[in-house]
Amino acid sequence: MAQMTYAQAGCLALKQEMERDGNVWALGEDVGPEGGVAGQYLGLQKHFGAARILDTPISESMIMSAAIGSALLGMRPVAELRYADFALCAADEIINQAAKIRYMLDGQVRVPIVIRQPIGMRWGMAAQHSQSNENIWIGTPGLVVVAPATPADNHGLLKAAIRSDDPVVFMEHKELWLVQGEVDEDAEPIEIGKASVRREGSDITLLSWSKTANNCLAAADLLALKGVSAEVIDLRTLWPWDRETVFKSIQKTGRILIAHESPRVGGFGGELLAEIAEVFWGQLKSRHMRIGSPRIPVPYSKPLEDICRIGPEIIASTAALLCNTQ
Amino acid sequence: MSFLRDLPSQERVLELLQTMCLIREFEEAAGQALALGHVRGSVHQYTGQEAIAVGVCSHLNHSDYVSSHHRGHGHAIAKGVSPYRMLCELFGRQGGTSNGKGGSMHIADFSLGMLGANGVVPDGVTMAVGAAHAIKMQGRPEIVVAFFGDGAMNRGPLFEAFNWAKLFNLPVLFVCEDNGYSVTLRTLDVTGGPPAAERVTAFGIPVSYVNGNDVVLVHQSSGDLIEKVRAGGGPHFLHASTYRWNGHLAHDKGLYRDPLEVEKARKDDCLLNAKNWLILRGTSSGRIDSLRNAARQQISRDVENALKAPFPSLETAFTEVQDLGSPVWHR
Repeated sequence: MAQMTYAQAGCLALKQEMERDGNVWALGEDVGPEGGVAGQYLGLQKHFGAARILDTPISESMIMSAAIGSALLGMRPVAELRYADFALCAADEIINQAAKIRYMLDGQVRVPIVIRQPIGMRWGMAAQHSQSNENIWIGTPGLVVVAPATPADNHGLLKAAIRSDDPVVFMEHKELWLVQGEVDEDAEPIEIGKASVRREGSDITLLSWSKTANNCLAAADLLALKGVSAEVIDLRTLWPWDRETVFKSIQKTGRILIAHESPRVGGFGGELLAEIAEVFWGQLKSRHMRIGSPRIPVPYSKPLEDICRIGPEIIASTAALLCNTQ
Repeated sequence: MSFLRDLPSQERVLELLQTMCLIREFEEAAGQALALGHVRGSVHQYTGQEAIAVGVCSHLNHSDYVSSHHRGHGHAIAKGVSPYRMLCELFGRQGGTSNGKGGSMHIADFSLGMLGANGVVPDGVTMAVGAAHAIKMQGRPEIVVAFFGDGAMNRGPLFEAFNWAKLFNLPVLFVCEDNGYSVTLRTLDVTGGPPAAERVTAFGIPVSYVNGNDVVLVHQSSGDLIEKVRAGGGPHFLHASTYRWNGHLAHDKGLYRDPLEVEKARKDDCLLNAKNWLILRGTSSGRIDSLRNAARQQISRDVENALKAPFPSLETAFTEVQDLGSPVWHR
């Protein structure tokens, strides 16, 4: 076990996978001497050379195309797109090519790539550097979508993503880069598609992922002060999502609140709640709810940006409302 | 430089003509099958441009790669893909190159280095550059040929691809098949500044020009370029001028074009040009005509057989989506 940051945990996972498999390589802007925007590639180019940790021009379409083209010839690339916002410059290559090639060619080839595109608000970076648009990729057949919330999960899930034969959209959260945690350096990859019960409880299930899952943990502390026992489930993988763990928890608590940083309208919470309603129709103790940011571009100014944040207080107060213990 | 290269033998040109005839007959059969309702969507016919795919691919090894675009039947046949399997694909049948899951714009055969036609301009080119990147990383001897049209020259990602190929000195030959049209618009009418090839020189990529309706010239010039690319000379760009005989799609009658322009272009027929070249050197016209007849018979047989192939079973709609989180079919 070692103490390290979320960024260092990602760096370690990539290093270990590159040592394990000579076909793994990474490409993107500033991944070389700069070590990536958050140091998540720090020291890797020195270790593996400039060909396997490739600094690229600002060419998102070509970063994705080089990843896909190389995957078609047997490589296992990790494409760094810097921010989820910039991944939209390569949305065609991700959605029209990477996600569909295996299907369109009926399995002649697979596209084992990891598409790293950090999400979320940090430092007041405004509307084009703060988005959480995971719902785009969840709605695209062919893609796996992963969003880890802890250093250990970032380590174990990145390893799993690299070993997956599917194209995996890997969404780290920019505000988690410096979060410290215990990581078992020798840990096996974490199985994709398995949620993690971060805290057990009996009154309500708080379902979330990425940074908002951590906020749910803090909300559970607040709720405990009011005598509400909240169970916190961190989905970790958004597609495929872990029905078994989620349904088991709801069966136990009878209440469900979903929280995410992406806009509430059209967000993945709506899809999850629809599925939950189909399964638990008439069986819940209170109405089910989802909270997400309002459907506005992420504003710059601090008090305005805060409106978009789904923090522990709003999660706790909404959960308390559902439990009738305001 | 192409004049320095020896002319191909008559036998070699006969082989090239044979493949060109196969493509011509394939496209005519595809158009007819569409009209009869056997093909869904539409087909983008390569008719008139056959000399380019055939001339270029004649230099490629089995293990070399080509990537193509929506007008991709010619490149597939030139790389050796079975017309029967392609027709099965067009008819949506089991036994097609994608067992009916892809259709005309997604014909690929990785066992032959055919990386695929593509429904999005210019993604075949950008991914071809990615494939070339892998070849270089893996230290392999193969090269990649990326075919695309003049219409692609107004898409931004193509310029990313030119820069990338030059920056990393990749083994890729860019072949721009300039048929003059971007769907229904004349490419020159929607292009500001100089045309295709002149822009490419700005990337430091050497450009060659060839008459794309003359298979002997295409064969010669692409042979030189492929040698250079294979020797590690980095990317090259071949501009092949040609004409799209039909509309953008088989449905499209191309009425936006001057009929005289079309008539003139059809007289500059690459099949006829190859035939004249051979006759001038003593090949009998009977031998040449027999190639066309044989191609017609083969394609007509293939059409007949492909129409007998079964449709894919319904559960295959749910296979090869993804390993993790693949949907399950409930009847």
